[in-house]
Amino acid sequence: MAVLPNTTENLSLDTFVRGLWEENPVFVMLLGMCPVLAVTNTTMNAIAMGLATTFVLVSSTVLISLLRNWIPKQVRIASYIVIIATFVTVVDYGIQAISLELYAALGAFIQLIVANCVILGRAEAYASKQRLHTTFINSLGMGAGFTLALLSLGTVREILGSGSLLGIPLFGEGFQPWVVMILPPGGFFVLGAWLLIFNWMRLRKERRLIEQSGAAANAG
Amino acid sequence: MQGEALYSIFLNAAVVNNFVLALFLGICPFLGVSAKKETAWNMGLAVIFVMLVSSMAAYGINWLLTELDLLFLRLICYIAVIASAVQLVEMFVKRFSPTLFRSLGIFLPLITTNCAILGLALFQTAKEYDFLQSLVYAAGAGVGFMLALMLMAGLREKLELARVPSVSQGAALSLMLAGLLSLAFMGFAGLGGSVG
Repeated sequence: MAVLPNTTENLSLDTFVRGLWEENPVFVMLLGMCPVLAVTNTTMNAIAMGLATTFVLVSSTVLISLLRNWIPKQVRIASYIVIIATFVTVVDYGIQAISLELYAALGAFIQLIVANCVILGRAEAYASKQRLHTTFINSLGMGAGFTLALLSLGTVREILGSGSLLGIPLFGEGFQPWVVMILPPGGFFVLGAWLLIFNWMRLRKERRLIEQSGAAANAG
Repeated sequence: MQGEALYSIFLNAAVVNNFVLALFLGICPFLGVSAKKETAWNMGLAVIFVMLVSSMAAYGINWLLTELDLLFLRLICYIAVIASAVQLVEMFVKRFSPTLFRSLGIFLPLITTNCAILGLALFQTAKEYDFLQSLVYAAGAGVGFMLALMLMAGLREKLELARVPSVSQGAALSLMLAGLLSLAFMGFAGLGGSVG
């Protein structure tokens, strides 16, 4: 994990991109795993959950950043939680108004966004110290990274587990779906597999760096 | 759901719909504090206690808010009560066992954002359990959480001694293990009545 900025950060492209890749909340920081595993059995659910979480993340961190000089240090966590819970209630009623079907599919996990440690983590580590516009961009990046992670699980699980993408069948009649992928164990396996791939990429990069420095030393 | 037998609620929460392995609640502490059996045991006890307290409180709050017709405040009230219950446990543990307090570390205050506990409060409301049923449901969920945590800790203690490929070290391996455990727990489906 990169060093958290203690002084106010200046706006740069990195503010946004960091959340997508380098500090991806799911794949790198391993935060907010519960919804990642639970609602990614179809791509549609993954998208909806990603957008809902991004909305809560952005609006609550922006509000916290605005109020950062008024919230007393001792009760800050409680204040953050109340702010987050307020926005989650908004999303909860919003989704009910837009699509009851989606609301039924996501179930209690919409309300459980309150307990998503990505949001509280961002509020405590970033929004409580940073200015409004950087907070907004950073949260947007984190939200996008979270949605990306949900999508990368959702698509794989839907394709393998029901042979379709966004409800459209991909394979012919002869396709035998790998049912376990849309059941709970599939979530653990797919996320585990993604982490394996990322580990492998990281190790390969490190090895290449060592080889390069070794070759440079030999040449010199 | 009035007629549902207590033993069936307990079994359902503890093994059939295990909070960690079937409903994916409380994954963070499940991966975070499952490295040692002793810590896992203590964490399990703390979670069971918080679950029982917050389940009782959630029952009361739900009754009160229904009377006052203020249901949109439910989520905020639940999370506030859970946060206070966690604070209580934290003070208690700090006073009576400083070593345990240190070994649980950051995961003790993080019980607040353990979705298993908020999930429990939300599910018992959705299922319209009465007071006794809620309490049994909380006990079942807590025991189930502890069971999953202990199983995982036992496996990981053994794995410390095993040589695994360097790519699969850390969280990736833990997730694969959790997947296998979850697969095994699917075998309980159908036990103790209805699923869901």
